[in-house]
Amino acid sequence: MEKTINITLKIWRQRGPKEKGAFKEYALNDISTDSSFLEMLDILNEQLINKGEEPVVFDHDCREGICGMCSLYINGHPHGPDEDVTTCQLHMRRFNDGDVITIEPWRSAGFPVIRDLMVDRGAFDKIIQAGGYVSVNTGGVPDANAIPIPKADADEAMDSASCIGCGACVAACKNGSAMLFVSAKVSQLALLPQGRVEAASRAKAMLAKMDELGFGNCTNTGACEAECPKSVSISNIARLNREYIKAKLKD
Amino acid sequence: MAKTDITPEVEAQVQEAPKAAPAAKTIDSKIPEGPLAEKWTNYKSHQKLVNPANKRRLDIIVVGTGLAGGSAAASLGEMGFNVLNFCIQDSPRRAHSIAAQGGINAAKNYQNDGDSVYRLFYDTIKGGDYRAREANVHRLAEVSNSIIDQCVAQGVPFAREYGGLLDNRSFGGAQVSRTFYAKGQTGQQLLLGAYSALSRQVKKGTVKLFPRHEMLDLVVIDGRARGIIARNLVTGKIERYAAHAVVIATGGYGNTFFLSTNAMGSNGSAALQCYKKGAYFANPAFAQIHPTCIPVHGEFQSKLTLMSESLRNDGRIWVPKKKEDAEAIRAGKLKPTDIAENDRDYYLERRYPAFGNLVPRDVASRAAKERCDAGFGVGTTGLAVYLDFSSAIDRLGEDVVRARYGNLFQMYEKIVDDNPYKTPMMIYPAIHYTMGGIWVDYELSTSIPGLFAIGEANFSDHGANRLGASALMQGLADGYFVLPYTIQNYLSDQITVPRFSTDLPEFVQAEKDVNARIAKLMAVKGNRSVDSIHKELGLIMWNFVGMGRTKEGLETALEKIKEVKKEFWSNVRIPGEADTLNVELEKALRLADFIEIGRLMALDALNRNESCGGHFREEYQTEEGEALRQDDKYMYVSCWEYQGEDKEPVMYKEELKYEAIKVQQRNYKQ
Repeated sequence: MEKTINITLKIWRQRGPKEKGAFKEYALNDISTDSSFLEMLDILNEQLINKGEEPVVFDHDCREGICGMCSLYINGHPHGPDEDVTTCQLHMRRFNDGDVITIEPWRSAGFPVIRDLMVDRGAFDKIIQAGGYVSVNTGGVPDANAIPIPKADADEAMDSASCIGCGACVAACKNGSAMLFVSAKVSQLALLPQGRVEAASRAKAMLAKMDELGFGNCTNTGACEAECPKSVSISNIARLNREYIKAKLKD
Repeated sequence: MAKTDITPEVEAQVQEAPKAAPAAKTIDSKIPEGPLAEKWTNYKSHQKLVNPANKRRLDIIVVGTGLAGGSAAASLGEMGFNVLNFCIQDSPRRAHSIAAQGGINAAKNYQNDGDSVYRLFYDTIKGGDYRAREANVHRLAEVSNSIIDQCVAQGVPFAREYGGLLDNRSFGGAQVSRTFYAKGQTGQQLLLGAYSALSRQVKKGTVKLFPRHEMLDLVVIDGRARGIIARNLVTGKIERYAAHAVVIATGGYGNTFFLSTNAMGSNGSAALQCYKKGAYFANPAFAQIHPTCIPVHGEFQSKLTLMSESLRNDGRIWVPKKKEDAEAIRAGKLKPTDIAENDRDYYLERRYPAFGNLVPRDVASRAAKERCDAGFGVGTTGLAVYLDFSSAIDRLGEDVVRARYGNLFQMYEKIVDDNPYKTPMMIYPAIHYTMGGIWVDYELSTSIPGLFAIGEANFSDHGANRLGASALMQGLADGYFVLPYTIQNYLSDQITVPRFSTDLPEFVQAEKDVNARIAKLMAVKGNRSVDSIHKELGLIMWNFVGMGRTKEGLETALEKIKEVKKEFWSNVRIPGEADTLNVELEKALRLADFIEIGRLMALDALNRNESCGGHFREEYQTEEGEALRQDDKYMYVSCWEYQGEDKEPVMYKEELKYEAIKVQQRNYKQ
């Protein structure tokens, strides 16, 4: 049943990538527990605008947990305290009256802050551009049913492919590693016959790009899997490592 | 807003005869000759091509990176054109196509259930209530199979049977299973496929990406589209980009209603700017209201969440048969599970026995509204109906239902805090998609030479109502298999045209106009946030230009929209500066255009004195409450032409001719 709560927000405000940021506190009253976390921030921004202040900048778009645009490090967790959801699907019923909620941007060398809670995740695009595809042109491909694919493989590829590229894995990782993101794409394509042909070169190219862009290495803490809103499994990283070693042995 | 430059001659004409019927412009849809099934093959055989050496000398701007824009940019890049691809999101992978859940149609007939290209074509025309162009729809059905082949080759993990072959399911408006799917994330997987192809071209250097850039104007030189003005959303800088052709793939304008299933950033601004530069806007009134969305629950609500149409494969829609039961449920005294089977009204199964819960979206939406208006609605507001999975769970077991719809059930539970395995979902219709859009001919060219529109941004294939799983099909058909051909027919005589300088006076003027529009908005310094005014517009649209429209209501809407426009331009408040990142300014620029689009929608709805598909004029219905078309008067595409700020637009007609299909009243009963 709907009820309302009063909360205090501690929000990271930062004017630009090179400027110094700081936490700012905002009191917010009578927030419906049925509202989503981002709707709560909308209410805050409406109040700030009405006071003539600049609203808090944060990324968001689809608000149904699939575009990967929303981020936010809430009370020490990427996408907040709820499990298997993105920030846009987090609802205020997860919080209590009187709570102090700390909101920060993704913090990682790979994702520089643009303003406030908005970061630049362009590095993820660059990693995909390094090899996250099957090299086929439009047209001239075989019939879709020409190659049967075992259901188990297709399902596993789908699980890997469900990554939304939000960057929570990087934000959660003490090394700032993008291994879960890279391995999800490498796994999806390595599991399917269409992607098998380039599996080795893909793993090498994407990992090299990840290193080049300043992401850290994996030390198997498992924080990425725990915080991933789409439950992408850490077993993808094991598969990536296998693909990488196989590729290196062939060199 | 910067006044559009009007030559003295034009102004004189307008002043002399403002109400006179315009010189009847002939709308040439350039449909190729020949029998329907051979038109596209013939076209491709005879169209002009651009040779490989010349392709790299030609620049193409593609605005948008969704299924249509992303696939077009990738395909054009593969062919060797030099492509500049823009999107407002931080990455092309986040375009709103990603949120499509249920699936994509194709006439593969893998299930051996009698499907064919003709049947998909027929279902689409009928589903669109005979307001789509035959030749375009047939082509769409023809290329649908290639899309599935293409996506599988890219590594899209479609659902498969145990034998390793592709699985299908059913969607509304069809009696065959032709929908391919990837769990409840089909749009995501197809978009990531297009994004991967796009990324490959970025690496090759044929495509250059411009994320976080928003198109604010179209640049027309000597009557041809030659570039755009875009705002860099991070720096706030206004930038000029030139090209030999411009492709608009910026989706629909459903967010005119504020609350819709569209993403928060989805907007109609690129389309409206093209309209203001002379491109016709076609059938703006045709908006789709999707029957299965999570109901509105509060004033703070920012968007509506769709529950995939695929749920209607196994979910049954009902309300209580007795009004007192409905009242008790609304008061919280009864639960849906308390209502005995005999006291439930499965109204879609009752009214439409042949299609049951899988009637098209417009029919299902209206039926829900009818029950709720009659007092049988549930939920605290009475504006909801049940979507019940209990008989599917009895028949198949919870595990099977979980495997099919698990992610959707989880999404529902997170939002509503209710377990749909135990108690039925509550749903209500919401704005979802716009069939109207920029007018295009058979070649997907707009009325401005060199300007093309693809995907939801154009108007072409869905008539007055789109069938489920057809948006993905159309976006990818346009982007992979249609535009990359047809654009060459235009570009073939552009090979000697050198690259354009962005210092040309047309670019300078367009940038000046954009800057003036921004300066005017920033100067208002009023008292209301953009969102508060947008909500006001949305409410007007929903109440008067929504599911049930009347002449009086639409006239009221036009008056009220005028007031909203005045309020907006005199009382909006945009904090911060224009020459830097400014989210409120972005929203304000979009709302300025939504107001114009809302007006255009109401005008078009008022003009169309009939009911068809998603456009339901209450004055025009059968005794049973079904949409009543007026084929003798309105079997045309309405093409609206901009005449200048605060002037009435002029409407031209593209008459629709049906040669391969017998036009009849839609019947989903037998």
